[in-house]
Amino acid sequence: MDSGLSSLGGGSGGACGGGSSTNESVTTVSKVEVVEQMSTEASSYPGEAELELGLGLSLGTGGGGGGGGLVKPKQPSSAWGEYGRILTAKDFPSVLSNASSTAPRFSNSSAGPVSGTKRAADSAVSQEVGSATAASQVVGWPPIRAYRMNSLVNQAKALAAEDDKADSENDKFKDTLKKKPYTGSNKNNSTVKEKGHLGFVKVNMDGLPIGRKVDLDAHACYETLAQTLEDMFFRHNTTMPPIRSDVEKGQSTNLSKLLDGSSEFVLTYEDKEGDWMLVGDVPWGMFLSTVKRLRIMRTSEANGLAPRFQERSERQRSKPI
Amino acid sequence: MDSKRKMDSPESNVLTRSSPFPDEVLERVLGLVKSHKDRSSVSLVCKDWYNAERWSRTHVFIGNCYSVSPEIVARRFPNIRSVTLKGKPRFSDFNLVPLNWGADIHAWLVVFASKYPLLEELRLKRMTVTDESLEFLATTFTNFKALSLLSCDGFSTDGLAAIATHCKNMTELDIQENGIDDLGGGWLSCFPENFTSLEVLNFANLSSDVSFDALEKLVSRCRSLKFLKVNKNITLEQLQRLLECAPQLTELGTGSFHQELTTRQYAELESAFNNCKNLNTLSGLWEATPLYLPVLYPACTNLTFLNLSDAALQSGELAKLLAYCPNLQRLWVLDTVEDKGLEAVGSSCPLLEELRVFPADPYEQDVVHGVTEMGFVAVSYGCPRLHYVLYFCRQMTNAAVATIVKNCPDFTHFRLCVMNPGEPDYLTNEPMDEAFGAVVKNCTKLQRLAVSGLLTDLTFEYIGKYAKNLETLSVAFAGSSDWGMQCVLSGCSKLRKLEIRDCPFGNEALLSGLEKYESMRSLWMSACNVTMNACRRLAKQMPRLNVEVMKDEESDDSQADKVYVYRSVAGPRRDAPPFVLTL
Repeated sequence: MDSGLSSLGGGSGGACGGGSSTNESVTTVSKVEVVEQMSTEASSYPGEAELELGLGLSLGTGGGGGGGGLVKPKQPSSAWGEYGRILTAKDFPSVLSNASSTAPRFSNSSAGPVSGTKRAADSAVSQEVGSATAASQVVGWPPIRAYRMNSLVNQAKALAAEDDKADSENDKFKDTLKKKPYTGSNKNNSTVKEKGHLGFVKVNMDGLPIGRKVDLDAHACYETLAQTLEDMFFRHNTTMPPIRSDVEKGQSTNLSKLLDGSSEFVLTYEDKEGDWMLVGDVPWGMFLSTVKRLRIMRTSEANGLAPRFQERSERQRSKPI
Repeated sequence: MDSKRKMDSPESNVLTRSSPFPDEVLERVLGLVKSHKDRSSVSLVCKDWYNAERWSRTHVFIGNCYSVSPEIVARRFPNIRSVTLKGKPRFSDFNLVPLNWGADIHAWLVVFASKYPLLEELRLKRMTVTDESLEFLATTFTNFKALSLLSCDGFSTDGLAAIATHCKNMTELDIQENGIDDLGGGWLSCFPENFTSLEVLNFANLSSDVSFDALEKLVSRCRSLKFLKVNKNITLEQLQRLLECAPQLTELGTGSFHQELTTRQYAELESAFNNCKNLNTLSGLWEATPLYLPVLYPACTNLTFLNLSDAALQSGELAKLLAYCPNLQRLWVLDTVEDKGLEAVGSSCPLLEELRVFPADPYEQDVVHGVTEMGFVAVSYGCPRLHYVLYFCRQMTNAAVATIVKNCPDFTHFRLCVMNPGEPDYLTNEPMDEAFGAVVKNCTKLQRLAVSGLLTDLTFEYIGKYAKNLETLSVAFAGSSDWGMQCVLSGCSKLRKLEIRDCPFGNEALLSGLEKYESMRSLWMSACNVTMNACRRLAKQMPRLNVEVMKDEESDDSQADKVYVYRSVAGPRRDAPPFVLTL
């Protein structure tokens, strides 16, 4: 077995919270399996190390590849750390490509080990969403018990609640993103949630002829939406082990090109006025009330949105994590 | 005395008696042997001792509920009053084991109901416990006194209500870190008004409100209450009133340590803590702020265990608090205290024996705070008695670990978690092999080791060569080839538990331990390179081992994604769910 697996920043598989990160003390369904697959893939596609289906492997093993390259390049800012801020195009490939703990989807669809009890699946839906965003790159790593994860998430919320009182609305929103990764059942989020609901909206990705639909009602913040989209468009296609079809290989090659900087995807949406905007600019509630449909757009094409995009990404770069 | 007389006397023939002691005496003597390991040894001496031991044993510890059946236990030990059972593999704590895997207590309770009707204590770890089981327990065992549930799942607060309602002689109710369905705090109000026997109450991890009135009355009338750990919904004001009722507490878990208090309330709180001179353990302290920490100071003189893992303290706050805790032996903190906080630990706690540092932000990779190798080194200089450490960090060096174990050679438990998998020594970029090499070479008493960071087979060579007292080893994202695991299996003679995930160990490694696994409690291997065929071979050649495999959804038919191997005298499980394949 090549040492790549252990040398890569983790052979990290998918995200997938180690814990249930939920207000209720119900344990989550074991995420898993898909995640484990990710780790195998990681070593087989050294070039994709960063994507690793995102797992923030961009953390530095980008250069590691499969071999002995143990040098950890200093990444200016890992995709990981940025997930909490307003999402920019730079964030998306990594956030999108972060494997998520969409255990509910998997567990519902398969009879495999991932499936838990109905109760687990149900509660998992509300939990996974949040834990996906707060998720580590790998299932059950770092090894921290679920109850402690709950405690940490709640602490973060409490701190966020404190900050909310002091800050302006815009800042408050950013902090909300940053410190309340899991907002699924968070009461604090009720204000943004009440604004409009759209149910399913179409999502198209450049390069893919067939679009999907995503239920915006099932989300309460940008992270979870991004995770879901990432699952839909990046992970589902690439979950297969390396030995499988060329389609997957093609897909991942595609993605790898994205990540070596030559092109990236951004998540955009068309609002009621027909304008295409970058997702993440406005408070979630406002977004819900104006979004008509979504598009995962190539960065090159997002140049039309450029001024705002660049301005934001500059702001982001200088903003401490 | 007896034996000497008998030997000297020409009438008695010592050889006709296998033991010089009458059975009653032997049982009496052996009854005083508490440690289950010692009792196991005792039972192997001869048949008389085996029998004396089994009749005198009142507490049984079963480290793997599937290693034996309740019927076998009941047959051997007729007088059990207290049972400790552990169920699922430890990695289930980290979601690596699907729900409904098993380890259900009910079958045990049914057997106990007929064989141990006088059962008093039940301590469970990682078992599935349903409300029905709790109700059955509460209504069947009239003498039941102590229930401790740690990291269990499957029950709700309704089950607790049943316990509170029916167990008239309850002394201990300890509910920790469980996957519990919290349906409300009404369970606490189920303790009858004439109920006064409680000594231990821990509901810290439950999230809903209990009736404070009921709690206050309960605490007031249970004069023997020694341990009280409330959940975070209990306010400071309420805490003060509880402390007024129970100044005799030796272990306290506070509720939320954050509330706007008037000056008078603050003074009352301070006074309440001042009266708690018997506290040796303190925990809880959710959302503790510098403003209120000082009320604790007078209560800290006799503290030996301080659990701050729910309080995100900064280094300064910690330093101030520790100044009042000269007798501290165990300390748990969040990494928000940073290296500076750990320096304070080093300078204020010379008697420290155990340190656990948990990450406040485990999933945040690009973090400039948290603790580093420097904090750990600082503690090692100041706390030479340190023997248990659990340390989560993002960077470590070989040199630092070498220094640490030079300062503290008495480590029995060394659990280092560098959070980014496969992270090398950040200064030299080399693997962390030498770090763990230093640990095993210096710490001859090492019983438990958890490794992390970038590790090659060399680490495992060291472990196999030097860690002669090692009993538990946890490995993740490490090693280069089968050789590593083989070294451990062949070298660590006292190994009992081996848990491995995401390592390049395969069939050769698995099968090299063929002879070894029967002397171990269990082996867990997930996301390694083991195939179904190898597992089948293992199962075939070692019939007294249970070899269980759980497959991932989309994996190859030939891959054994999660393997759990354990010795058992009960044969293969009969309650295995469909996703657990018993080979």
